[in-house]
Amino acid sequence: MTEFFQSLGMSYEWAWGVATVAGILLIALPLMLAVAMIIYADRKIWAAIALRRGPNVVGPFGLLQSFADGLKVFLQETIIPTGANRGLFLIAPIITFTVALMAWAVIPFNSGAVLADINVGLLYILAVSSLGVYGVVLSGWASNSKYPFFSAMRAAAQMISYEVSIGFILVCVVLYADSFNLNEIIKAQQGHGLGIVNAFGFNLLLFPIAVIFLIASLAETARAPFDLTEAESELVAGYQTEYSSMAFALFWLGEYANVLLMATLNAILFWGGWLPPIDWAPLYAVPGIVWLFAKILFFFFVFSWVKATVPRYRYDQLMRLGWKIFLPISLIWIFLISGWLMLTRYS
Amino acid sequence: MIQLIAFYLFATIVIASAAMVIFARNPVHSVMWLILAFFNAAGLMLLAGAEFIAMLLVIVYVGAVAVLFLFVVMMLNIDFAELRAGFVRYLPLGALVAIILAAELIFAVGAWNAGGVDLAVRAAPVVTDKSNIEQLGELLYTKYIFLFEAAGIVLLVAMIGAIVLTHRERGGVRVQNVSAQTRRRPGDATRLVDPGSGQGVEL
Repeated sequence: MTEFFQSLGMSYEWAWGVATVAGILLIALPLMLAVAMIIYADRKIWAAIALRRGPNVVGPFGLLQSFADGLKVFLQETIIPTGANRGLFLIAPIITFTVALMAWAVIPFNSGAVLADINVGLLYILAVSSLGVYGVVLSGWASNSKYPFFSAMRAAAQMISYEVSIGFILVCVVLYADSFNLNEIIKAQQGHGLGIVNAFGFNLLLFPIAVIFLIASLAETARAPFDLTEAESELVAGYQTEYSSMAFALFWLGEYANVLLMATLNAILFWGGWLPPIDWAPLYAVPGIVWLFAKILFFFFVFSWVKATVPRYRYDQLMRLGWKIFLPISLIWIFLISGWLMLTRYS
Repeated sequence: MIQLIAFYLFATIVIASAAMVIFARNPVHSVMWLILAFFNAAGLMLLAGAEFIAMLLVIVYVGAVAVLFLFVVMMLNIDFAELRAGFVRYLPLGALVAIILAAELIFAVGAWNAGGVDLAVRAAPVVTDKSNIEQLGELLYTKYIFLFEAAGIVLLVAMIGAIVLTHRERGGVRVQNVSAQTRRRPGDATRLVDPGSGQGVEL
């Protein structure tokens, strides 16, 4: 895009600056729209599984429900509790929201269609997602209230525990793909399964960790059945209890942007990203972005499906799953995969 | 131009937030300033072309170490007046540490400038056809493999040591055995009897 702006007669610096800002807007604005629609989709899927109608009043089929909610929240008064730590109380939702958007910088939407094509893309995502915990912890502490604080402690422990096994799973994928760059990882999946299937997930050695990654990404985004941070039967609304108005909306948007990001990561790391599912020439006529979005939507459907059907975990069970089951399995899998690659690829 | 602006931006914020770590009245705010400092240090690493180190800095320090700091600081009920009172008492020690650190920095920079490392080697352009993860990996796993493993062993010993020191055996705790629970079938726990009238059930 920089070249395009340079051709309009700008110097390189200006062209680069304008192109970057344009790229950011090109990702962030559709993302916000997608988040609004995905909240609607989430509620509809939920409702369908619970044999209800779901939102159906605002706009045709209730399509504008999220915008109505947004407007309502926007017009509310921002209430800051007297005992709260003002600065941190207001910064916390901003951190959550910003961090949820930051990670999208390295997500490739098509071959070459990526804002920042850096060679440490996956590490960048890991770094950014490890920042997400601050929004939750700070909001819980700054609220100066019991339930939010409990929720913050839970969230911090939960996110750190699951990030460990997510890190190891990412190492397995990197070993197979031979690169940290997300585009390279996707390209490495071309014809990976028997020379025809474009996905790591169909590799028998990688399928188990693909499943673990899906479950761990549920825990990382604090979605049901791991939504202990906002368990309404125990903690009112968790860390968001004291929030109202736009501060609350920022948490909401950030949360769903994170869910979308995790669905995207599942699609990119294990199921071929913007590649069509089968390595067959006519399928490449369809733009890559369509395949990517189809995969993202599929994983989002899985997320809501799980949310609607699986009961909430108990906290000690959650910790047990993270540390005693996922961590050993993912560690063993690194040995397995590196051993296999030593035998087959590098001998 | 952009690099220059970015460098001064990051450097200024690092120094300012490092100062704020000390001057902030609230310890939680101090930790937040520390995180900002880490972040901008990572930015400086990026400018130096060490993107791998920059990402590690964020993942390890911001993502893990600072979270633990924040945890501890939040859990402690800190009396600010008491903290202030200790200031004069610890001033000499603090000043000593600061002087030693400053002297070491000046010494290191002086030694660097004095040569010893050949200037041509220092100014030599880095190999650009390889990403610096690959370069680091090749060095760590070939030339420095034993040092690398030794570092790993030291960390392992530290971890085991921490567990041994803090672990205490608590008697009389009934631990949940999940596999036994899931193995249990209705047939093991229940029994269907058909007692005649006035006979009762043998338990």
